[in-house]
Amino acid sequence: MGMAVALLLIVVASVLFHVFSPWWSTPLASNWKQMDDTLLMTLAVTGAFFVAINLFVAYIVLRHRHRHGKEQRAAYEPENRRLEWWLIGLSTLGIVGLLAPGLFVYANYVTPPSQAMLLEVTGQQWQWHFRFPGKDGRLGTTDARFVSADNPLGLNPDDPAGLDDVVVDGNETRLPLNVPVKVLLRSKDVLHDFYLPNIRARMNMVPGMVTSFWFTPTQAGRFEVLCAQLCGVGHHNMRGYVRVTEPADFETWLAGQRTFAQLRQASAAPQAPGAMLGKALAQSKGCVACHSVDGSASVGPTWRGLFNKSVPLADGSTRQADAAYLAESIREPQASVVKGYPPIMPKSVLSDAEVAALVGYIQSLGGAPIPTDAGVANATTGRQP
Amino acid sequence: MTGDAHAPHGFWTRYVWSQDHKVIAIQYAITAIAIGLVGLVLSNLMRMQLGFPGKFAFIDAQHYYQFMTMHGMIMVVYLLTALFLGGFGNYLIPLMIGARDMVFPYLNMLSFWCYLLSVLVLVASFFVQGGPTGAGWTLYPPQAILPGTPGHDWGIILMLVSLLIFIVAATMGGLNYVTTVLQARTEGMTLFRMPLTVWGIVMATILALIAFPALLVSGIMMLLDKVAGTSFFMPAIVSMGAPLDYKGGSPLLFQHLFWFFGHPEVYIVALPAFGIVSDLISVHARKCIFGYRTMVWAILAIGGLSVVVWAHHMFVSGMNPYFGFFFATTTLIIAVPTAIKVYNWVLTLWRGDIHLTVPMLFALGFISTFLIGGLTGLFLGNVSVDIPLSNTYFVVAHFHMVMGVSPILVIFGGIYHWYPKVTGRMLNDALGKAHFWITFIGTYAIFFPMHYLGILGMPRRYYAFENYAFIPQSAHTLNMWISVIAFIVAAAQLMFLFNLAWSVRHGKPAGSNPWRAASLEWQTPQTPPAHGNWGAATPVVYRWAYAYSVPGAAEDFIPQQAPPQPGVEDEPHMPRRTEVLS
Repeated sequence: MGMAVALLLIVVASVLFHVFSPWWSTPLASNWKQMDDTLLMTLAVTGAFFVAINLFVAYIVLRHRHRHGKEQRAAYEPENRRLEWWLIGLSTLGIVGLLAPGLFVYANYVTPPSQAMLLEVTGQQWQWHFRFPGKDGRLGTTDARFVSADNPLGLNPDDPAGLDDVVVDGNETRLPLNVPVKVLLRSKDVLHDFYLPNIRARMNMVPGMVTSFWFTPTQAGRFEVLCAQLCGVGHHNMRGYVRVTEPADFETWLAGQRTFAQLRQASAAPQAPGAMLGKALAQSKGCVACHSVDGSASVGPTWRGLFNKSVPLADGSTRQADAAYLAESIREPQASVVKGYPPIMPKSVLSDAEVAALVGYIQSLGGAPIPTDAGVANATTGRQP
Repeated sequence: MTGDAHAPHGFWTRYVWSQDHKVIAIQYAITAIAIGLVGLVLSNLMRMQLGFPGKFAFIDAQHYYQFMTMHGMIMVVYLLTALFLGGFGNYLIPLMIGARDMVFPYLNMLSFWCYLLSVLVLVASFFVQGGPTGAGWTLYPPQAILPGTPGHDWGIILMLVSLLIFIVAATMGGLNYVTTVLQARTEGMTLFRMPLTVWGIVMATILALIAFPALLVSGIMMLLDKVAGTSFFMPAIVSMGAPLDYKGGSPLLFQHLFWFFGHPEVYIVALPAFGIVSDLISVHARKCIFGYRTMVWAILAIGGLSVVVWAHHMFVSGMNPYFGFFFATTTLIIAVPTAIKVYNWVLTLWRGDIHLTVPMLFALGFISTFLIGGLTGLFLGNVSVDIPLSNTYFVVAHFHMVMGVSPILVIFGGIYHWYPKVTGRMLNDALGKAHFWITFIGTYAIFFPMHYLGILGMPRRYYAFENYAFIPQSAHTLNMWISVIAFIVAAAQLMFLFNLAWSVRHGKPAGSNPWRAASLEWQTPQTPPAHGNWGAATPVVYRWAYAYSVPGAAEDFIPQQAPPQPGVEDEPHMPRRTEVLS
């Protein structure tokens, strides 16, 4: 009796939950309405089945439950071939009905339009990098052995196709509205997954190979990028943005970005030595994977405005983040961990000069007002994204 | 089985170095439940962080991922697989087919001790430098063995070693179960008279023998990548800004090997549950299972299909996208035999004499949770519906309902059902009912809303969801409530443990066949069954295990070994084996 009521309540509660749930897909911002439609269709069919079977079991329990003291005996029906074949046939039909539209949509998914523009996304723990093919429409080749502080994407410097590639600075890229884009995905270290909830389409990024998918942005706006394949302790914090704008705005923005050739020239030119060495070290040693330079939250404390700030430590005490503390924390990361951060920073082998350069770089980020959300590189060159 | 060389002579050989399948089953079960409790505590630690982010300072990202990884691995492999095969399989196979023991008792004993060793190695990984691995239970390389992942040094090594030992244990047990079923059935026990429990367990065992070698080789290959510098799964990588010495390996190769194991693994857990729940429903509804032969063929079909669906776990992995068509199709085909099983359970209940005992409550609960878990599989198996949902909380909700909650409900139902045979005493009914209601309603309340968080797009395996604009505050509030319910459900399991311990001495005496069941395990001369199970002679079987409410019979069940009664057609759908009647 209780069981029949419970099943009935489960059905009623499930339906009510569905109707009143504030949690549903984010607004669609791509061409993949088909995916939403197949999901809705699957939900309708399976939901009806769920309700029907639960209610039927509730009815059976109510009707055929054993009543105390009443002599009753179950029916004896080992099988019913006719009924069984009917059920097999109907289930098969239902499955075909669900599968066929799904495969039809998938056929579109694996066939990018031939005129689609290219966007390359490279993942690393716990950052996104974006690259466009430049004027020649071709992306230059890459290899892990070319990766360095001034060539974080590992572009082949001898490949002419790569010289005009546009390397986007920071974790935000732009895309033109209503233009199909084929996204090529790479990873420098571990598995990642380039995931924009509003776009629906996605794919894993796998080190050692290039994967891809395509979509057409159909809504202007700034959309959050998440990583959806476990990639280590910073996985939940691997943030990025895609801003979809009118094609004209996009072209203007793209023209303002630097090409690989320009980047190489810029890094060859002499700049403020201490801070630049520190910055290069911060990138090559992977510091910036966990310590943001723009004030945003990450796995470790941000370096923006850190210098000489007084910081609470995990043991309850407080320290001033002066040069001595910073140097000590670089050499002995576990010695005095800032409260609220996991003690996961690995030790790096660094010379005294390198530690001093890093501290100098952190100092150069301190106190200054936060110029833009894309970080210090823009501040030093004076360009706005 | 005439010799009695492995008969116990003292405490040590009776309870510790035992070669008796019943003792080994209990050893397996106690070990599995003990490590399962660790898995349960880990799940609550995760829920503490998800429901109350940042409130518990000791749960940082590193610990969270370690808890998550160990929870998954413990529950899937060390609890569910071990308990179904090593626990239920060991206890029930010989008793249900009328054998005196497993055919290789010594191997059986070794299997348990290897299993215990694998559990100890697993537990040891909590105490090594860096802690246990936090790579997710899928252990995907490259991250499993690289800095940035907790336990990338000793944790992952111990995890892999523990798995390798577990596979040795499972292989020794598995060969034993299959050989026993094929060779040691008593007179008259044809394959098509075996209870579905045996069918489910033996098919799961065959799957284990097929699937575990894939995990074995991938585990060895990853160990070599980790300690010997090979590059099976490792391409050229720049980790934390520094290039590594690996070159040319394929992370996708690991995923194929892992899921070639991992998907059959789902059915290694599900098929025994299918079998056991069929028997629970039939006994407690006093009705023969509906469509027995179809049920057997469905088990075989599901088992066969389960080894050609693995890449539906990899629809967005970056594998050749055209594989998606094939694996979506095979995956949805497997829904047909699975649906048939659900129909036949429901049709067994139809016009039954349903006794709402505690085992029956768990069986009915299973039908409902398996229904929702199976149906959401139709979303994730259908490739284009999977793409937006993959790696979201929808997946978490799906697999917890279908291969977490559902098999666990069957395990509970099975324990309430067979405990009287194992101990001679009944479990307390009131505690059992309270345990059922809290667990059944509670797990629904935990996992049902997660489907919607998944549709919203919340990714799984996230330590925290702070400052994501697309996640509304209400989702965080919902997460808090899910956590509160998870704590209550976990606490309710203490009731079950207390019941298990208390009833051994204080439970109501059960008698030999309290549920008036027809299958052989209830017909032993002693309860609990003595060593050798059957006294002087093994039973002779005259019919199937489902002769309930047979028209013309005096009782509403006819035990399998009761001689045929004139005029009572108790196996009308099967050719009668007249040779055993003479």
